[in-house]
Amino acid sequence: MHYAELIQFVAFLGAILLLAKPFGLYMARIYEGESTALTPLLAPLEKGIYLFCRIDGAEMDWTRYAMALFILNGVMGASLFLLLLLQGGLPLNPNRVAGASWGMALNTAISFVTNTNWQSYAGETGVSYLTQMAGLAVHNFLSAASGMVVAIVLIRGLVRKNAHRLGNFWVDMTRTVLYILLPLSLVVALFLVSQGVLQNFGANKAVALLQPQTTSAGVIREQVIPMGPVASQEAIKELGTNGGGFFNANSAHPFENPTPLSNFVECLLILLIPASLTFTFGRLVRNPGQGRTLFYSMLFLLVVAAGVMYRAEIAGNPLVTKMGVVGPYLEGKEVRFGVGGSVLFGSLATATSCGAVNAMHDSLTPLGGLVPLVMMLLGEVVFGGVGVGLYTMLSFVVIAVFVAGLMIGRTPEYLGKKIEVREMWLAVGTVLTAGVLVLILVGAAVLLPSGLAGRANPGAHGLSEILYGFASAANNNGSAFAGLDATSLFYRLLTAAAILAGRYVPLLASLAMAGSLAAKKYSPPGLGTLPTDKVTFTLWLVVVIVIVGALTFFPALALGPVIEQLKMIS
Amino acid sequence: MSKHVPPPLSIFSPVLLRSASMGALRKLDPRLLWRHPVMFLVEIGGFITSVNFLFALGGKHGDPAWFSGLVSLWLWLTVFFGNFAESLAEGRGKARAASMRKTRTEVQARRLSAPTADARTEVVLAEQLCKDDHILVEASELIAGDGEVVSGAALVNEAAVTGESAPVVRESGGDRSAVTGGTTVVSGTIVVRITANPGETFMDRMITMVEGAKRRKTPNEIALEVLLLALTVVFLLVVANLSPLSIYSAKVSGQGAPVSLTVLVALFVCLAPTTIAALLPAIGIAGMDRLFQKNVIALSGRAIEAAGDVSVLLLDKTGTITLGNREAVAFVPVGGHSEAELVEAALLASLADETPEGRSIVVLAKERFHRRLHSLPPGAEVVPFSAETRLSGSDIGDMRYRKGESDSIIAFVGRAGGTPPAGLDREVLSIAKNGGTPLVVCCNADILGVINLKDILKGGIQERFQQLRSMGIRTVMITGDNPHTAAAIAAEARVDDFLAQAKPEDKLRLIRENQQAGYMVAMTGDGTNDAPALAQADVAVAMNTGTQPAREAANIIDLDSNPTKLLDIVETGKQILMTRGNLTTFSISNDVAKYFAIIPAALISIYPQLDALNIMRLASPQSAILAAVIFNAVVIPLLIPLALKGTRYRPMSAEKMLVRSLLLYGLGGVVVPFVGIKVIDMLCAVFI
Repeated sequence: MHYAELIQFVAFLGAILLLAKPFGLYMARIYEGESTALTPLLAPLEKGIYLFCRIDGAEMDWTRYAMALFILNGVMGASLFLLLLLQGGLPLNPNRVAGASWGMALNTAISFVTNTNWQSYAGETGVSYLTQMAGLAVHNFLSAASGMVVAIVLIRGLVRKNAHRLGNFWVDMTRTVLYILLPLSLVVALFLVSQGVLQNFGANKAVALLQPQTTSAGVIREQVIPMGPVASQEAIKELGTNGGGFFNANSAHPFENPTPLSNFVECLLILLIPASLTFTFGRLVRNPGQGRTLFYSMLFLLVVAAGVMYRAEIAGNPLVTKMGVVGPYLEGKEVRFGVGGSVLFGSLATATSCGAVNAMHDSLTPLGGLVPLVMMLLGEVVFGGVGVGLYTMLSFVVIAVFVAGLMIGRTPEYLGKKIEVREMWLAVGTVLTAGVLVLILVGAAVLLPSGLAGRANPGAHGLSEILYGFASAANNNGSAFAGLDATSLFYRLLTAAAILAGRYVPLLASLAMAGSLAAKKYSPPGLGTLPTDKVTFTLWLVVVIVIVGALTFFPALALGPVIEQLKMIS
Repeated sequence: MSKHVPPPLSIFSPVLLRSASMGALRKLDPRLLWRHPVMFLVEIGGFITSVNFLFALGGKHGDPAWFSGLVSLWLWLTVFFGNFAESLAEGRGKARAASMRKTRTEVQARRLSAPTADARTEVVLAEQLCKDDHILVEASELIAGDGEVVSGAALVNEAAVTGESAPVVRESGGDRSAVTGGTTVVSGTIVVRITANPGETFMDRMITMVEGAKRRKTPNEIALEVLLLALTVVFLLVVANLSPLSIYSAKVSGQGAPVSLTVLVALFVCLAPTTIAALLPAIGIAGMDRLFQKNVIALSGRAIEAAGDVSVLLLDKTGTITLGNREAVAFVPVGGHSEAELVEAALLASLADETPEGRSIVVLAKERFHRRLHSLPPGAEVVPFSAETRLSGSDIGDMRYRKGESDSIIAFVGRAGGTPPAGLDREVLSIAKNGGTPLVVCCNADILGVINLKDILKGGIQERFQQLRSMGIRTVMITGDNPHTAAAIAAEARVDDFLAQAKPEDKLRLIRENQQAGYMVAMTGDGTNDAPALAQADVAVAMNTGTQPAREAANIIDLDSNPTKLLDIVETGKQILMTRGNLTTFSISNDVAKYFAIIPAALISIYPQLDALNIMRLASPQSAILAAVIFNAVVIPLLIPLALKGTRYRPMSAEKMLVRSLLLYGLGGVVVPFVGIKVIDMLCAVFI
């Protein structure tokens, strides 16, 4: 390992350990309705919003909360769909981008409203600046906030006793955006501009090449440099674990992610909210140990994953090495990030459901590519998407608590709430939905000609590409292996279906679980209660996550990346 | 104590094994099996592979016939073993229920037209008796149904229910009025008001419970089934997904064949949590059965599991913590009277008193002071205890000897013109503070002294409470005594808390408060005044000697009437849950090894490099798959003893217990099948 890369990893770990707790506690204050340093500045605005929108702040039960969320998501999705269709004739379109096809508009609207940000288009040519700003960037905020408030409602469900009301959706959304997402995005956008990220409304520039290139199609004398309001979207893309790039090349593009420093900060942003939310959780349940259990089980899986991926990429491809190529394996990676910066970004963006990329994952070694795939297939619980990771993880906790509780001879309970039939249905629904979708859709895609047509590579790697594509969609990650051509109607519709089910089934189940838990009474812990804040349980939780994932995907992985790796080394 | 319960049949007894095998075969009927979805799917798998086998015999291409044949054989055996486990667990209960039924011969009853012994009677069959009928029962007759004695008293032999051969007194009024159908009156005549309709009597319920016929799944069991079912569905999809993936892979690699249906089914059955699914019904039934061996009848499975969560136990003091009766242990004279004077007066006041307390005073006088009087002098008049005066004693000429509570005696003496001597209060208080009950003795206007009646703790009770404490259960003693006495007894018995001068509504309130604070509350009681509290408690244990209302309010009946039985009940409840959890973990952990056996075997023809995953170095693809299937089937009967006996429970910290279980059943569950499959593969390889 190169020292510089080791330092980068250690610095990153140090930074997240340093930031997660204070930021988590800050978020807890926001959701408790307490005042913070930003209150004097933003409270008038907040009040103004409530007044203007006639939000009375009355608390809702889980069904009304879900209704409000669905209404907002539905309206937002529909408006984005229309915006994409009509963008050709709307202002702020200096590059004269045409209106999108209905398939692309549908896929994109669903993808952005669900925080997936799977892109079946190239940003430079597919969307206007107006769509980027008023459509995609706005969704980056609202889809992130939608995930976070559901996590908060689930926490309230655990905390409240004999209750039905779980908070006001509109207030929670407003406070999330106003106090958490907006201020940070603003600061980070300015920082990114300082590093060289673009922020303008200019039309793309054609510049003469210093050295004309001769290709089979003729001599190329000029190059088009893309422009646009990038920085404002880049910050929330990372912070909200959205991942939809302004440009097709996403964070590998020098105008999105110009320097190793911007890369480091973007990595930090990806993990900041998902990691901090575990501390918010610990605070809100008045038991910091419970939050730490979640944080360290997630961190453990992340460190192992990043370690495996780094080793695989440093070891490189023996077939290439045999040809006399020495040095780190840089195929598909940006030289300015190197193996370390690419592995860090790649593992983080798939561990969380960000899905941004700064390297071509299709070009990773089979084992190196297996890691991002597995991170998604585990159900996006290794920190996962903002809020989503936490509420999915809590369903894993419910399952882990259930089995562990039985093993110590108690009818299982978590944080004093009994886990019964209803909670079990909702937990397995949350945890297994994405896996079920992947298994069904991949099975269909490898049999159908239109499914096979999307592959960029034949053989086992083609299977990996299809698997990666549906894993990314069903788990709302949005990361692209880059090999798969997802622009066909087949993939646009199937991924859209996977995205929708993968988002809203667990989300609805989690809200229902919040309602069910809140209505329960609380049993104080005693001698015989399962301690869920100790090392044993933390490890058990890790084992449950890994076992569920491994048992679901062992055969598929064996026929994809595993056989690729075995063939490569044999 | 003699028990009517025959010693439990060994699970290896040939009788049970034979009937369990027959039962297991009957349960292969899909119409019965669909209630256990996992095993039902295994059966469908067995059906599919059997059809495959027939096709293979017919010369169709695909897997060799012997392979399909053996796989289907073992799949059918898997279902059979699961059914067998359940039948075996039920078998013991059924055998017992049959023997109980035998004791219940067809009984006739004399129905009364009015609730008095001299009313007109008609002879009817027991099953014609309805609620609120009155029957007359005389010596050496069977009581035809559950009821309450409304007049008369009798000695009743209740061996049919309790196994206790010594007859007990049943009389109208008070806490001893309940009689159980099927028991025999030894002497005396009673009029009984029937309290249960035919088919709903205690004996009926007992037989049903023992038989396991009406056993309802507990919520916890259903939740576990949900988890298992969800996993099964996922595995079904995994297998369904493997088929297209293998078709794709065979095509792109240009060699090998897609995974055959037989192998897909084999993989599915191995992955599905068959071990726990097969043993799950047996675990619950066996738990009830183990309790029954301890002479406890659980009227709901839920109550047993709730017992594992109990954090507060309320116990009635009398008959629970202390022996039912108080004993006189000292005579304390006051007001300058001598001890001899006091003993004399106490003896005269108690000779006619047949209560255990009264007798113990006579016994103490005899043993310690050698004062013997066999009967009251002639002309003496006995004054029995009455609720108004709260005194008892005798009048001999002008001398009126009385004993009773301090307040009552002072009032009595006051009416005769006397005043309580100095020092009386001090002595009374001192006795009460030390856990005794002070009984003041007087003669006319003169108070002579105090008798110290003491509660006698049951032997070994402190250790039992210590055990409960180490399980995380807080014990609260409930008593009608004054706070001083209660505190002293509570300290001596080492209970955690006490409720003194408790009225029924106080008990109810205490339970509600604890429940509102989120605690699971258990209550043991026997009296009618305990019934409301029993109905409110999560786990309500009624003594079999208790009254009918108490038994009806309870969800667990202790035939031995031993209040610390709760320890056994808690232990059994925990065992049931632990066995479920441990076998679930074991079952799922097994899948790791099965994957490593089956996946390389199934896909090696497509990608020879997958041999690297054959870490057990199994001999051939067919032997590997067979070994996994056989292991999966054989492990069920091997674990039946564990499922029936339950995991051992020892009180220890939850954390420690979790580590232990995880190592044993989690890690063990990963390692054991690697060894087992390897061994079976080596045996298979000999033949293949």
